[in-house]
Amino acid sequence: MLPLPFGWTHYLAGGLCIGAGVALLYVLTGLVGGMSSVYSSTWSYLVRRPFFQQPTLAGSRDWRLAYAAGLILGAATWWLLFGNGARVAVSIPWWQLFGGGLLVGYGARLSRGCTSGHGICGLGSLQLPSLLAVLTFMATAFVTANVTTRLFGS
Amino acid sequence: MATSRSSVPPVVSSTVPTVSALPQLLAALAAGALFGFGLALSTMIRPEIVLGFLRFEDMGLLFVLGAAVVVTFVAYRVAPRLLRRPVLGGAFGTHQATMERSTIIGAAIFGVGWGVTGVCPGPAIAGLGAGSYELVFAVAGIALGALVQGATARD
Repeated sequence: MLPLPFGWTHYLAGGLCIGAGVALLYVLTGLVGGMSSVYSSTWSYLVRRPFFQQPTLAGSRDWRLAYAAGLILGAATWWLLFGNGARVAVSIPWWQLFGGGLLVGYGARLSRGCTSGHGICGLGSLQLPSLLAVLTFMATAFVTANVTTRLFGS
Repeated sequence: MATSRSSVPPVVSSTVPTVSALPQLLAALAAGALFGFGLALSTMIRPEIVLGFLRFEDMGLLFVLGAAVVVTFVAYRVAPRLLRRPVLGGAFGTHQATMERSTIIGAAIFGVGWGVTGVCPGPAIAGLGAGSYELVFAVAGIALGALVQGATARD
């Protein structure tokens, strides 16, 4: 059996909501919405370099920013309804969040997709490159998480 | 009517149009809100839960990914068949992943960062909405990483 110490229903329900969000965006606008692109497209407001001004980034920066603002709105709604008044505190040290974040941002943009871009949108459209990307980042993440646990404790 | 509808192919675009009209922005906001609600409900906004998955202690993330992929798969298949165009106009886009070395090398680097933090790009932003202000460090790191990637990329 799979180890599921917290059950599985909220995982399934949450996944259905995430899929519904991607589906709603597609039905209404035809847009394919992964989440890592906003970290590149938003720089196009500030950085003149041609890379950031390419149409795929500069042309999508407005809706991607609205999509990202929606993430905050949705999680805040969940918090108000089910959060029991306490904020969700994160116990990971700031330098670990920042340092890991650098790799996350660099890697996801080099790969042109992350857990949502390759994982949800890519697998949802049966893209072989996305499947290989997912298998690759799952593998390196499994190894890294288990090695860092051994080194630093959990 | 079904035959006449199926004889008209859906408008599918492989180019990315500039999308800035208010209805589209509101649609993106609403879609993002559903996405963010799902990330919070599934506890994917908590890096500790994601790290638990990566250490094989809790396999719940597979349910999250599986459910999201199935819903997305159905929508991507069905919407262009039922609708000639998206509800708000434009054209149905396609996810275009290309098989390049950078796709795999980037994914490997992303995975290392994900394994260190338990944070990926979407949840880093969504968690801010649930009061996890610590995640600004993750968002800053991801944004800086994306800047470095773009600044060092060949145009």
